[in-house]
Amino acid sequence: MHKVPTFRKGGVHPDDKKVFSRMQPIERLPLPGELVVALSQHLGSPAKALKAKGDTVVKGEKIGEASGFISADVHAPVSGVVKEIRRVTLANSIVCDALVITPDSEQPEGEAPAVDWRTLSEAELVATIKEMGIVGMGGATFPAHVKLTIPRDKKIDAFIINGVECEPYLTADYRVMMERADEALQGALICAKATRAPRVIVGVELNKKDAIAHLKEVVEAKGYPIEIVGLKVKYPQGDEKQLLKALLNREIPSGKLPLDVGAVIANIGSCVAVYEAVAQKKPLYERVVTVTGECIANPKNILAPVGTKVSDLLAFCGGFSSEPEKLVSGGPMMGFSFFDTDTPLTKGFSGLLALTGEKKVVTTACLNCGRCVAACPIGLVPAKLYRLIDNGQYAEAMANSLMDCKECGCCAYVCPAHLPLVHGMKTGKKLGRKK
Amino acid sequence: MHTPTMTVSSSPHLHEKNSTASIMYQVSIALVPALLWGIYVFGFRALLVTIVSIATALLVEYLLGRFSGESTLSDGSALLTGLLVALNMSPSVPLFIPVIASAFAIAVAKWTFGGLGANWANPALAGRIFVFFSFTTPMSSFVTPRTLASAMPDALASATPLSVVKTAISGGSLGMDANALLSEVSYPATAFAQKIAQATGFNAYTIDSFLGNVGGCIGEISALALLIGGVYLLVRKIITWHIPVTYLASVGLFSWIFGGIPGGLGLFGGSFFSPLFSGGLMLGALFMATDYVTSPISAKGQIVYGVGCGFFTFLFRAFGGMPEAVSVSILLMNVITPTIDRFIVPRKFGDTREQRTLAKERKV
Repeated sequence: MHKVPTFRKGGVHPDDKKVFSRMQPIERLPLPGELVVALSQHLGSPAKALKAKGDTVVKGEKIGEASGFISADVHAPVSGVVKEIRRVTLANSIVCDALVITPDSEQPEGEAPAVDWRTLSEAELVATIKEMGIVGMGGATFPAHVKLTIPRDKKIDAFIINGVECEPYLTADYRVMMERADEALQGALICAKATRAPRVIVGVELNKKDAIAHLKEVVEAKGYPIEIVGLKVKYPQGDEKQLLKALLNREIPSGKLPLDVGAVIANIGSCVAVYEAVAQKKPLYERVVTVTGECIANPKNILAPVGTKVSDLLAFCGGFSSEPEKLVSGGPMMGFSFFDTDTPLTKGFSGLLALTGEKKVVTTACLNCGRCVAACPIGLVPAKLYRLIDNGQYAEAMANSLMDCKECGCCAYVCPAHLPLVHGMKTGKKLGRKK
Repeated sequence: MHTPTMTVSSSPHLHEKNSTASIMYQVSIALVPALLWGIYVFGFRALLVTIVSIATALLVEYLLGRFSGESTLSDGSALLTGLLVALNMSPSVPLFIPVIASAFAIAVAKWTFGGLGANWANPALAGRIFVFFSFTTPMSSFVTPRTLASAMPDALASATPLSVVKTAISGGSLGMDANALLSEVSYPATAFAQKIAQATGFNAYTIDSFLGNVGGCIGEISALALLIGGVYLLVRKIITWHIPVTYLASVGLFSWIFGGIPGGLGLFGGSFFSPLFSGGLMLGALFMATDYVTSPISAKGQIVYGVGCGFFTFLFRAFGGMPEAVSVSILLMNVITPTIDRFIVPRKFGDTREQRTLAKERKV
């Protein structure tokens, strides 16, 4: 029998809860009254503001400039006036400057230029992608132009598209695959060209069988040289280490990147952004976000401009159906909880969850039960790391590979003592680095 | 817009439903078949011993909790310890013995080391060993189970099959295996077991000890009842196969290969199955050796631990002069557990020879 590929070590099977929003087609958010466009929407140093208070901006105009090698440009999502530059706290607790833009009532739609990307060279492709401020849209927000710049001495033999969306609740990538498959696949081909990758593979989990079928149809109809692979459902398969293991049976060693084992991985949403950037010269100023959870009145998948406030997203979904205990940006396993509904949408904001409280469980001492060890996809001993960190032995924890922890949350998910293991790892990393 | 009060906490925001207490209660539930069988064959006295053991364990836990300002009664571990102590008692023990055993288990074996999660020895086992070596005679006189009562010769009234064999071995080489010896001293077997023995070819004594028609502690006699509980725990994923399977398989294999030697039967003269169903092995392998706190944390470590338990159990049974093979073996491996955890760690992702060479090649 043909074995369904997946990664082997560790992993958990949370209920996928995608049912709330999976059948909701992507809807465009009506123009909000105010947009808060943060200058640090990517991994790396924040962008520098190019506009000041009172300046007018045009939709798609660059308003923040990358300030370093790992950084990305920020563009105006609407035409309007800069009301002020404000210090904001993002959902992931990063504090940065943001341009507050009041949109004009008239939003002129410019003609989108049609560029044939096949005529462009690798360098031109990467330059355009940089120009358009593309970052990884799965949540890590790594600047795409950096990822797609392959050093001369490295050879890439596969470009992987991550359509796994293994986080429960989220359906944004699923809707993109269902509604914008052709753009996503062309985006993938653009990336493959930029990285000189001979093979292109899309990995999708089998809880999205219709998306797999649809992608296969498009690939066949258009004759794209792309493989679509269904993967067994298991969290955290959307992590690049686990995805590469599942698709190519390659393991990225500690501290290395996918390109060290000959692969580059991009999220399916990023592929659409790359396509729009290259073929339509459209900067990354809007994204699809899933607004869902037990407490949302009408869960939706929304195409919203970057800078939209959470309160506007909530209002568009009919507000809360019941009092939520938590607001989370991203998925429930790795997402950040936050409390301020003025928090703005950023390029990496894949989901907005309003969750009911879990039953309060008493935290007990570690039982040494070994569930965390069995669940850790990296092969760490989370219970031991937690104990070391709890005792302040940060150097010892580092020596036990603390830095290899990706904070995927599998250990804390299964812990019967309900120890805040991920919280411990995050604290340990911070304090361990300081020393 | 009305904004409710939000909780901010670290990810993950989802958790599995298990909790420490739910695990403890499920293990306790898994022990109920064995307990019921014990009460059925040994009568009211067995129930009384159980009640005393559990009540003492809960009381001591409560008092120590009051004393230290930590309320730990609700985590369910004291209940489980009390229950395990009871299942490890002969039904005929004077009632002060389970009181001492439970109190020792909770107060000395668990609390002096820092309470749940910090103890190095399985509390119930420590309690049992403590009273066994303090009150050896009452702890090793057994009651004939109701199902065998009419057929038991007086001389064997308080013996178990294992103790009969042990006495014979200490008297010198036998030239026969355990089952033959039992038949020699006319240890009884139930009519039901004899019928099955005729039909299947298994030995009637093996069948009786599988079903629980032998003398012994309240909860250890019926391998079948314990296996029902063990399968429940495996299905509910409370325990994994690593410890019980390696423990039982290694006892079986060692007994089959070397078990015939003390009886003068040479290599491969032993029995594979009958050692698995005798004494406290099934209870130990499924419920005592699998205690989370005192067994290794990684699957690989658990396999080493299981084989270690099996090796020592076989060694003490076949060549030792004292009973308590299972308890002492598990306790011994409890001591080695931190060392196992230190040296046997899971393989880290990406840490393979091929990957290292691959990474090196790609750099060039």
